[in-house]
Amino acid sequence: MPHLIRRRLMTALPTLAAILILSFLLMRVAPGGPFDGERPLDPETRAALVTAYGLDKPLPAQLALYVGRIAHGDFGPSLVYRDFTVTDLVRQGLPVSLTLGALAMVLALVIGVGVGLAAAIRPDGHRDRAWMLIMTLLSAMPTFVTGPLLALIFALSLQWLPVSGLEGPSSLILPVVALALPVAGAIAKLTRAGLAEALAQDHVRTARARGLSPLRVLIVHALKPALVPVASYAGPAAAGLLTGAVVIETIFALPGLGRYFVQGALNRDYPLVLAVVTIYAALIILFNLFADLIYGWLDPRARG
Amino acid sequence: MKLALAVIVAIILAALAGPALLHWPYDAIDWDSVRAPPLSPGHFFGTDSVGRDLLARTLVGTRITLAVAIAAASVSLLIGVAWGAIAGWAGGRTDETMMRIVDALYALPFMFVVILLMVVFGRSILLVFLGIGAVEWLTMARVVRGQVIALKQRPFILAAEAAGARPAGIIAGHLLPNVAGIAIAYLLLTVPQVVMVESFLSFLGLGVQEPLTSLGILVKDGADDMDITPHVLLLPGGILVAILVSLTVVGERLRSRLTA
Repeated sequence: MPHLIRRRLMTALPTLAAILILSFLLMRVAPGGPFDGERPLDPETRAALVTAYGLDKPLPAQLALYVGRIAHGDFGPSLVYRDFTVTDLVRQGLPVSLTLGALAMVLALVIGVGVGLAAAIRPDGHRDRAWMLIMTLLSAMPTFVTGPLLALIFALSLQWLPVSGLEGPSSLILPVVALALPVAGAIAKLTRAGLAEALAQDHVRTARARGLSPLRVLIVHALKPALVPVASYAGPAAAGLLTGAVVIETIFALPGLGRYFVQGALNRDYPLVLAVVTIYAALIILFNLFADLIYGWLDPRARG
Repeated sequence: MKLALAVIVAIILAALAGPALLHWPYDAIDWDSVRAPPLSPGHFFGTDSVGRDLLARTLVGTRITLAVAIAAASVSLLIGVAWGAIAGWAGGRTDETMMRIVDALYALPFMFVVILLMVVFGRSILLVFLGIGAVEWLTMARVVRGQVIALKQRPFILAAEAAGARPAGIIAGHLLPNVAGIAIAYLLLTVPQVVMVESFLSFLGLGVQEPLTSLGILVKDGADDMDITPHVLLLPGGILVAILVSLTVVGERLRSRLTA
């Protein structure tokens, strides 16, 4: 187990360093800067701004400054939201995005594992086929289609839930469901496949032969090994939820980090985009590490 | 599988031939029928909020989405096959280093990297697919490398080596033809992923730009107008989902047939 984590860290830290350097360099070679507005600034103002933001120093010095500041949790001033530092924006947006993502992950796990179990009770039966067809559909539907569709049905036609904005818990229901559905589809398919394999193993046959009820065999003996592929999907799932959240926050007008990211990307707000990419990369790496821990718990052979 | 294949072929044919058969070009404005409902005279699927024929727009959007997808998937095929073949053939430290790079890139939130590329190099359709293709080659590289390592020990490769063929010649003449099958299966699975990325970027306004259109832009327009004219969302959304689902089904079936 410590070996596994050490190996993960060995790739995680260079990845983080690489993304920092890469994103930093990309932003600096970018044509067009944040001060290229429709009205050209007079040279003095421009020079003052460039000095104020440290854009006149040599690249390595800028990089060192940047990394040093990040280590202190300071992502610098936002170039477009003039009165905010990027850290302010992150502090406002990140909790919204994390709540959204965490709720969606829980919902996706509940639906995915539940449907996987329901389908595996009688493999290749009608119910199994029907569920798996629905789940294949769900996993292929992009969030930017399901999101508007759900809003159309439940907010505009039936008027059960708010269309957009963040006012109370009810306005989180549609975004969370829209975000969770594709991940739920993928988890259901993985659980179903894992269960099919687990049910064919010796310890499950033994449990059955000892006269345990089919449901007990399924949940107590087959489910744990069957969840191994689900655990290895946790990393990609987290990445999917974070990218999905960008769209969902835009559609449902939620004040999350993803929405700031899109605004930043459209407006060439370098510090903001860099900060979000860095934070999301760190989050995904963290989640992969967490997934490895679960993986080791589920499958003792992986502890090595 | 057959149904999925039929859906793909039908959509491709419609996207290729359809726009030429329709009365309205995709960007022409029909001032007499703005926001026309489906089945209106002259506009089979109605018009959008500025009176452009929805069917024509959807077909042209499908064409562009598919073109971007195929181009990007080809870029990923080229990079992935070359990278995987070289790593697998060279072995040892070269292989280790090259695969470490792939591992590290795998851990990146790649959608954000593509957006980063868009922000840096401006939003052009060329960059959309170059950017996507440059990020989507990782799985291909892994698969090809595994395949090459397995092939390397086979007698006909050893024979070619003994006969004095140069490594480049062996890779191009003997290894690649034997990798082609599995590479094509993964190519088919890459296409829906690229379609997803392109639509995602275009939906956010970072991908294909107006006046050109793509399914992502159309879904975005539809979502903006769905409270008044839901069909503007439903047609492009439906086509997009049909493409994604059927390509995934065909690709997965092909892969399990080739790896089993």
